Amino acid sequence: MSSSSTPLVVLRDLHFAYGDRPILQGVTLAVPRGKITALMGASGGGKTTVLRLIGGQYTAQSGSLVFDGQEVSQLSHEQLYAARRRMGMLFQFGALFTDISVFDNVAFPLREHTDLPEAMVRDIVLMKLEAVGLRGARDLLPSEISGGMARRVALARAIALDPELVMYDEPFAGLDPISLGTAARLIRQLNDALGLTSIVVSHDLDETFAIADQVIVLANGRIAAQGTPDEVRQSRDPLVHQFVNAEPDGPVQFHYPATGVAQDFGVQAPGGAK
Amino acid sequence: MIVRGLAHLGWTLRVVVADIGHAARLFWQLLCCAPSCLRRFGLVRDQMHFLGNYSLALISVSGLFVGFVLGLQGYYTLQRYGSASALGLLVALSLVRELGPVVSALLFAGRAGTSLTAEIGLMKAGEQLSAMEMMAIDPVRRILAPRFWAGVLVMPILSAVFSAVGILGGWVVGVLMIGVDSGSFWGQMQSGVDVWRDVGNGVVKSLVFGTTVSFVALRQGFEAQPTPEGVARATTRTVVLASLSVLALDFVLTALMFTI
Repeated sequence: MSSSSTPLVVLRDLHFAYGDRPILQGVTLAVPRGKITALMGASGGGKTTVLRLIGGQYTAQSGSLVFDGQEVSQLSHEQLYAARRRMGMLFQFGALFTDISVFDNVAFPLREHTDLPEAMVRDIVLMKLEAVGLRGARDLLPSEISGGMARRVALARAIALDPELVMYDEPFAGLDPISLGTAARLIRQLNDALGLTSIVVSHDLDETFAIADQVIVLANGRIAAQGTPDEVRQSRDPLVHQFVNAEPDGPVQFHYPATGVAQDFGVQAPGGAK
Repeated sequence: MIVRGLAHLGWTLRVVVADIGHAARLFWQLLCCAPSCLRRFGLVRDQMHFLGNYSLALISVSGLFVGFVLGLQGYYTLQRYGSASALGLLVALSLVRELGPVVSALLFAGRAGTSLTAEIGLMKAGEQLSAMEMMAIDPVRRILAPRFWAGVLVMPILSAVFSAVGILGGWVVGVLMIGVDSGSFWGQMQSGVDVWRDVGNGVVKSLVFGTTVSFVALRQGFEAQPTPEGVARATTRTVVLASLSVLALDFVLTALMFTI
């Protein structure tokens, strides 16, 4: 393992496109070990794509992506799977296996990857469930729990194998105010107690700024701002200013590009001009 | 105009070739998973139970009715030539060689194939396959392969059940209702049906059909657009593609097995 001073994940001039649609256009960033890095930006800005690229589910068209000293795109199938064992990912809607119970969901990676005796699997699963406050919900099916609970179960599953890196995809989306605060505190606590490195993808300003050590704002496929939460908050960049202050108008357009309103609705603009 | 037509043709060909390539790669991956499926045979066994058990009622009832019809039609045809005593042989050969493997494969495609496609498609839509990949668990090995091998193994059993029940159905109509001699019904069957040439080839057929139906169903689910319409379309395509492949392959196999 590399020394603790080098960043765990490094992206250098990364370009990625879905077909003809460019998503990332030259992204360079570093994720320091032991810290919480927040990736923020408007929806569709390529935040989730960054997570998929780190996990090796997508391959970038150009640029370099290094996970703990290894170039992810160069890894063989076995090496990639070995690297993924050191990552945990929390999907936006949990992505729990719907046909098995909460307990079995958390036990799944343990049973697949280890030969631990069932008694030990049980202890580990209950510890992980205890960490997310759901030890009592072990026998429920994913269909019997709420969306917020499902995400906590998914978090317990993501940390079941004690990963070094945990990636959270929109952990706050659709949570009520109480769960929101709890979820944010949980991410911070887990990061510090287990010595993890965390990447949080979110557009929820307050909660994310409260727990992140480093904030990176992505916009239009590029990095618009980078720094501690306070630095980003005080950024003079008009784009970041618009985002941080939730203003409807600015460099990021609310309206998708379209023809003129008058033309679309077939009305004449005042003054007689067509 | 001509150039555009050529470009379109080229593009279509490219898509078709790429599709065949993807299918072949997935098929090879599934074949390569055989050792890991053997090591964890429990996964295959669970799927065999799921796919086989729930298709059993449909297969048995269908087999019974097909047997009834064979008994009736066979009797009226054979009786014209005064050879109604060969009814048992006719019923058994038709079932073991053709109807057993083919009809049970068609029913299997409708009953189990669609459920495989929908299950895999919805797992994909719910990001469950993606989540598994991120847990460093290969979904092809963990989810697709056990279902594939279960389908391959369960098909001959279902086909055997279909044929057995069908023969009983033919016996009920021919012997019990019409009054064909019971001794010649069973005797002619016993002497006329060859274990390797007839039963063995039937088993080979059903293995091929099991492979075809399971592979088509799993691939359609795996490649489905992760939306409700995408899964619906994939399920439909499973039935159409699997049924047509079974019928076409049956012709090829019959030509190879029974003409030489």
